Amino acid sequence: MRSLHTDEIIKNVREMCIEANLQLAPDMTEAIHNGLENETGNLARQILGQLEQNMQIAKEDKIPICQDTGMAVFFVNVGQDLHIEGMSLTDAINEGVRQGYTDGYLRKSVVKDPLLRENTKDNTPAIIHYDIVPGDKLEILIAPKGFGSENMSKLYMLKPADGEEGVKNAILQAVSEAGPNACPPLVVGVGIGGDFELCAKLAKKALTRNVNESSKLPHIKEIEDEVLDKINHLGIGPGGLGGRTTALAVNIETYATHIAGLPVAVNMCCHVNRHVKRTL
Amino acid sequence: MDIKITTPLSKEELIKLHSGDYVYISGTIYSARDAAHKRMYETMEKGEKLPFDIKDNVIYYLGPTPAREGQVIGSAGPTTASRMDKYTPRLLDSGLSGMIGKGKRSKEVIDAIVRNKCVYFAAVGGAGALLSKCIKKSEVIAYDDLGTEAIRKMEVEDFPVIVVIDSKGNNLYETAVEQFLAKEVEK
Repeated sequence: MRSLHTDEIIKNVREMCIEANLQLAPDMTEAIHNGLENETGNLARQILGQLEQNMQIAKEDKIPICQDTGMAVFFVNVGQDLHIEGMSLTDAINEGVRQGYTDGYLRKSVVKDPLLRENTKDNTPAIIHYDIVPGDKLEILIAPKGFGSENMSKLYMLKPADGEEGVKNAILQAVSEAGPNACPPLVVGVGIGGDFELCAKLAKKALTRNVNESSKLPHIKEIEDEVLDKINHLGIGPGGLGGRTTALAVNIETYATHIAGLPVAVNMCCHVNRHVKRTL
Repeated sequence: MDIKITTPLSKEELIKLHSGDYVYISGTIYSARDAAHKRMYETMEKGEKLPFDIKDNVIYYLGPTPAREGQVIGSAGPTTASRMDKYTPRLLDSGLSGMIGKGKRSKEVIDAIVRNKCVYFAAVGGAGALLSKCIKKSEVIAYDDLGTEAIRKMEVEDFPVIVVIDSKGNNLYETAVEQFLAKEVEK
């Protein structure tokens, strides 16, 4: 059986926290640049230009792209034939977050109790979603999530009779209501199906798929394309100040659901859609 | 129109700014976000003195990342303004002249902006590295225990913002989208 020591996990998580907050993946930078090319309005072009300049400065001067360096959200696939040595896996990930957010000069944005609101001062605890998978590897994906956009997310428990139209309307309604608050251009993560909590998790997971990749399910890809087009005709635009680039992508993930239900979750993400994956 | 202004901002200067103006701010501004607003509000409720004189001043809704050695401040972009809506009318009625943030405001805030002839500016959300370059000095002056949410006194130079809600209540978030859609229809 293959063994992996938690020291190795801590070291990698630390680096991933810093990397994710200083530089966006190529799919995101490309999508923002395409948005700029497609805009005709001066203000929309100026704002997208500032976002490109911002990413350049972030990379060169090691200043986080956005001051909201997020809550550290993880999707972790644990190979069932892997043996983890050292401390508990959850403690190791949190230790990596602690080191990454401290050593990387990232913002500590987590309060211990949602009502008492005392800052934990090291950005822990992280939010970790585990899956047990075949194999002997550990796959870690970090997606630091800012809350300006998170706050504009929605969950709709639709009826089966609402069907495809109901789903499309729900996504459009969520984006319209978010308006300028979620820092457009957005990436819109959508979960359809499952139950109350899995649906929301699917929406978050959808945000980690590259923005230039469509769903592999043809009927879902059609919805992604149609809704993205409709969103970009709402006129909200970069910064919410008018334009064609309201969203860079609509990513949908689905799961089986109950005969009585059609849950739809819309997880908003701003243009600082960060995700870094490593396999150990 | 591109305009340069220097804080503090008098009412005479504020009424000259119009929704949609691109403005470069220089001078002193103060950072305060959720927790600092709550504390300031409670201080005023008790009839005590605020940690800085808000009269004619500008508050920036900001919680920056920590500065590296040799940097004035870390990433420093605006946070969503609507979370401060509960506390804002009282600050505007007490002399605050402007706010920098991003996103929509409540009717109560817009009414208070018009009543007091103030201005709500937006900076570009998610451009924190770029905006940090316009901040030349930064010093925590109150609520140090709040970490990133402490109140900072900052000197800015040509800090780029857009007038979203002007002293007459014109709201760029509504008009810009309407104008854009009307233009697209023409095409």
